[in-house]
Amino acid sequence: MGDDIIVEVKDLKVHFETKKSLATDLFHKDKKPLKAVDGVSFQIRKGEILSLVGESGSGKTTTGKAILQLVKPTGGQVFFHGEEIKSRDKYYMKGFRQKAQMIFQDPYQSVNPRNVVLDIVAEPLDVNGLVKTEEERNERVKIALEQAGMIPAEEFYYRYPYELSGGQRQRVVIASSMIMEPDFIIADEPVSMLDASIRTGILRLMMDLRDRKQLAYLFITHDLSLAWLISDRIAIMYLGKIMEIGEADEIIHRGVHPYTKALTEIMPTPGVNNRGKKRNVLPGETPNPTERINGCKFFSRCYRAQEICKNENPDLCEVSPNHFVACHFAREL
Amino acid sequence: MMRWNMKIKKLKEFLKIALNNKMALVGMVTLLFFILLAIFGPIFFPFSTMEFGEVEDILLPPSAEHLLGTDDMGRDILANLISGARISLLIGGVATAISMGIGTLIGIMSGYFGKGIDNLLMRFTDFFLVIPWLPLMMVLAAILGTSLWNIIFVIGITGWAGTARVVRSQTLSIKERQFVERTVSIGASNTHIMVHHILPNVFPLIFANTVLVAAVAIVSETTLSFLGLGDPATASWGMMLHYAFESGATSARAYWYYLPPGICVVMVVLSFTLLGYAFDEILNPKLRGR
Repeated sequence: MGDDIIVEVKDLKVHFETKKSLATDLFHKDKKPLKAVDGVSFQIRKGEILSLVGESGSGKTTTGKAILQLVKPTGGQVFFHGEEIKSRDKYYMKGFRQKAQMIFQDPYQSVNPRNVVLDIVAEPLDVNGLVKTEEERNERVKIALEQAGMIPAEEFYYRYPYELSGGQRQRVVIASSMIMEPDFIIADEPVSMLDASIRTGILRLMMDLRDRKQLAYLFITHDLSLAWLISDRIAIMYLGKIMEIGEADEIIHRGVHPYTKALTEIMPTPGVNNRGKKRNVLPGETPNPTERINGCKFFSRCYRAQEICKNENPDLCEVSPNHFVACHFAREL
Repeated sequence: MMRWNMKIKKLKEFLKIALNNKMALVGMVTLLFFILLAIFGPIFFPFSTMEFGEVEDILLPPSAEHLLGTDDMGRDILANLISGARISLLIGGVATAISMGIGTLIGIMSGYFGKGIDNLLMRFTDFFLVIPWLPLMMVLAAILGTSLWNIIFVIGITGWAGTARVVRSQTLSIKERQFVERTVSIGASNTHIMVHHILPNVFPLIFANTVLVAAVAIVSETTLSFLGLGDPATASWGMMLHYAFESGATSARAYWYYLPPGICVVMVVLSFTLLGYAFDEILNPKLRGR
């Protein structure tokens, strides 16, 4: 604890205004904001991987983008190296953007199809004016590409993205992020678009870089077993709120929150005996995020729901060291 | 070195597709003919608007000495036509460059920044889009006076609105792509994104649009000159038509005077249009015939 906290998020909120329609204007109905992220707090330490797990629409990606100020947060604070991010300060942002990088989900979309690999990887250097000569630029690109497992690097310099496989593209994106030597990386489902055979390679590369450079990762995924495999801690997100956060093993084996339990229950487990085993599948659908929910966000689908859950929003409380749960019955479960 | 090899390879691929397209082939060959004519023709057929022929040379029909006959001043029409190619293509080329420059700049800025800037720039564009361009050009040309560069300026400044619209809509789609967001996240400035990411991706569209704008520019030049707003000291095709009409060559049935410049204008415009359609097909694989 203490100084090695890289990123701290306090009560982060991102609310989107929903489109005004003529009808709402006419009848003076108040506009309902879409609460994509609704009060999220966590910390990430040096060399730590925190996974943000949740289904689609739970606000995981928006959380990541809000930390990097790619989406404007509507509330809360983000601290980087103990200092609050000043999104209005251009000079500060320039430094921050160099130290915090994002790897996007779709490697086919996240590189400009008209640039060659050399320019894609070197772009952060060019943008920030970090290299003076062509040789220096090539040298740093070479190191970054080799780090990302593209060997021999020179062979890829003048290839266009369409000449690369999905895995190679993601390696190029990783190389481009690493060339700035960041402290913090947000990886937004970096392997979900890739073939299973390539996934392991990319994941191993990311973990390897973590070990060597003591990077802090925010790993966004919908795959709980993947999160368990790679992360130190897991945060379970539902409708813009963190339901449970704690050590990865703790969450998987001794998860407390009913939602966490529903998720771990349906995790595929290898073994012949498991075939045909009845699993408790979560009933119903995720409510519309524009709906105003006063109580617990999970109320409508929870098997333990009581009157209090409907009216009162539970805060995160510590059930065991470093294991927080947002449930009124956390200590009883 | 490698970088240039890549560019050359891409250009070769493009040429290969272009040469397989019949419309593109016809368009390119015709245009190339006129461009070569404009560059080298005047060396072999010197012409000056100020050199008049003898009285007995006036309005001679085509003969061995004057392949396309002579005009009302006794000048050789073939020589006039060739030097007219130079002027017409120059006006068409430079005016198009001005149009494309303005259109691209306004389109990208409007699409990229959105909101107030978009609104402002697009209302400005709408103004140029709906205003009848021919009267506008005539008024501008009359105010500025008739010189070659004024004509170029007038044509250039009236022809960009359509391009701005097209570029804006493409920019709107490109700026939502993830690589733009990624570029923001590495700390790139708006200018960097517009120049290095938006522009290269709207370029095919600009390219295809250029040939169509060029066709319009050449017609505009002909129209303005024909109406008497051209530079009297230059020998463009439009001016030839103007003089043919003024001197009564049309009623004198001196077809050799008014037909050649007309045919030349039609051929150049047609070749630009063919190229435009062909580029559209090449860049838009959906339109490609099977």
